[in-house]
Amino acid sequence: MKIVVCVNHVPDTETKIKIGADSKSIDKTGVNFMLSPYDELAVEEGLRLKEKFGGDVTVLSLGGDAHKETLRKALAMGVEKATLLKDEAVRDSFGIAKGLAEELKTMSPDIILFGKQSIDFDDAQVGTMVAELLGISSVSVVVKLTIDNGKVICEREIEGGHETVETSLPCVIQAQRGLNEPRYPSLKGIMSAKTKPIQEKPAAAGELRVESIALRKPEAKAAGRIVGTDKSAVPELVRLLHEEAKVI
Amino acid sequence: MADATGMSFNLTESQKAVQELARKFAEEEMRPHVLKYDESQEFPHDIVKKAADLGFMGMTWPEELGGAGLSEMEAIVIIEEIAKVDPSIALTVASHNSLCTGHIMKFANDEQKKRYVPDLASGRTLGAWGLTEPGSGSDSGGMKTIAVRDGKDWILNGSKTFITQGSVGGTYVIMAMTDRSKGKGSISAFILEKGMKGFTIGKKENKLGMRCSDTATLIFDNVRVPGENLIGEVGQGFKQALTVLDGGRIGIAALSVGIAQGALDASVKYAKERHQFGKALAEFQGIQWKLADMATEINAARLLTQRAAWMATNGMDYTLAVSQAKLFASEAAVRATNEAVQVHGGYGFIKEFPVEKLYRDVKLMTIGEGTSEVQKMVIARQLLAS
Ligand SMILES: Cc1cc2nc3c(=O)[nH]c(=O)nc-3n(C[C@H](O)[C@H](O)[C@H](O)COP(=O)(O)OP(=O)(O)OC[C@H]3O[C@@H](n4cnc5c(N)ncnc54)[C@H](O)[C@@H]3O)c2cc1C
Repeated sequence: MKIVVCVNHVPDTETKIKIGADSKSIDKTGVNFMLSPYDELAVEEGLRLKEKFGGDVTVLSLGGDAHKETLRKALAMGVEKATLLKDEAVRDSFGIAKGLAEELKTMSPDIILFGKQSIDFDDAQVGTMVAELLGISSVSVVVKLTIDNGKVICEREIEGGHETVETSLPCVIQAQRGLNEPRYPSLKGIMSAKTKPIQEKPAAAGELRVESIALRKPEAKAAGRIVGTDKSAVPELVRLLHEEAKVI
Repeated sequence: MADATGMSFNLTESQKAVQELARKFAEEEMRPHVLKYDESQEFPHDIVKKAADLGFMGMTWPEELGGAGLSEMEAIVIIEEIAKVDPSIALTVASHNSLCTGHIMKFANDEQKKRYVPDLASGRTLGAWGLTEPGSGSDSGGMKTIAVRDGKDWILNGSKTFITQGSVGGTYVIMAMTDRSKGKGSISAFILEKGMKGFTIGKKENKLGMRCSDTATLIFDNVRVPGENLIGEVGQGFKQALTVLDGGRIGIAALSVGIAQGALDASVKYAKERHQFGKALAEFQGIQWKLADMATEINAARLLTQRAAWMATNGMDYTLAVSQAKLFASEAAVRATNEAVQVHGGYGFIKEFPVEKLYRDVKLMTIGEGTSEVQKMVIARQLLAS
């Protein structure tokens, strides 16, 4: 089975984000970057498919040189090959999907895995767009994947329950938490990842359809308010919860 | 940035990668069980097995022999991360890597290495290293254990005390005199295996801290050790042991840094959460100064530790550097855990808060692998030699 996992290099979940001087990108100084957590599930699933069906796993990322660190993380988990589609410029989801799809056409994988979204811009679009550009099916928010004789059965998370769907290879699968428990890379894996080559090529051109014009941080949370200290405060509390907070 | 040894101050990509792994491992696999093992003093075989699967039991040894092929620069990062969460497991990892396996890797012949290191480096067998005896600790050259030649073999008699991995070990490096009249100049190192006739495990210690690290007495009653199990030459054992301890002290220094950092992290968190006199503790200057002192000493200790590891990695003589690192880091860690309990007040005295255990565990750091006084002897000897 020819397996490709597309991964993104995103700010660590513990980062305190600062908005950059241009007020439309983040200030990357001192920010730690990581393999996007949903993409990590996708890497794990790719490795499990290889262990079950044989074949090989390639990780693919579109972005600047810094993405190599994330590619190496996937290599440390046991992936054999990595390709960086190089572009230091900022792209929208479509631009990224376009770049990835052009490369994927030349690879013709049996299965392409993504995380359900990358945790930087949270667009959750790239996987679906890639499937569309390649003319293959796509299943999102997958929590269980079973492949049997080319038949692909997925359980998807939906509001309040699970949906089971069926499709066929080749297809795009977008991983949701619960799909698996990603393995730790071993020390040997980490050391050997340093010597595994990362193939680099320029990313196919993409056109900017959506441009980010401003970033804004959420308002600081206001301090709590004490409405009263005995039962006479209840009506006012109920009114506020209903009219202001709109939670009841 | 680099100092006189050429050391850079930024973590390399592989240091960052192993740090992330060790941190995750410690939080997910160790943190939930810390109290249980501390109470029971049971050896955490399950956790050690998982650590071994990731390569933690053979960090710096070559891949051909089953190790992970890291340098000391990465090993100290791993030990620090594990020590933040459970120092006793960090002690297991550090001692297993540097003492028994370290002795074999540094001084044994190829045959011996091939025979013992793959099982040790992969963690299939645990290693123990015996220098200390009931009557000889700091004065380790004053040992009583004796090895007498019998044909091609050696017959060992005596005992070792406070031996880490003493009861759970499978492979042991034991120092013994071969000629009492020649004193420590006759000390030689032997590889023993669990189950050799006459080799028994005595008392398992009940300890103040490091409680799930295994500490036991070893007893040798006419143990027949094959001649091929002698490491190096007769009479080289004491010198070998001092070199092995230099390596071990890198680990103890890193462990101390980890304990101190764990205590600081817990204190910063607590000082922000706990309110007295209508303010968070963190707003009192008296508390701020404690945190500032701890953080400053930890950074100094970490730099000394990195420097010793750097010198070891690059083949420089690091005896002085590592004694200074071990001395300063262990004493700083004792101060840091003491202040951490103080910042927590009564809650620091209670087992639900991690500083209670760190406060107990840390004390071994100024004792094991050479007490602080012994480090000062080593440092002064170097100063006065020239
Ligand atoms: C949990 C634990 C694990 C251990 N693991 C191992 C192990 O795996 N292998 C092993 O071989 N040993 C091990 N040890 C032993 C350890 O290395 C010794 O305890 C240590 O070296 C000190 O020796 P001692 O306990 O005999 O103390 P002593 O040597 O009796 O020292 C008592 C005090 O006197 C001081 N002192 C001694 N001589 C002088 C001097 N000349 N000048 C000034 N002060 C002096 C010491 O610094 C100390 O404060 C372990 C110990 C413990 C507690």
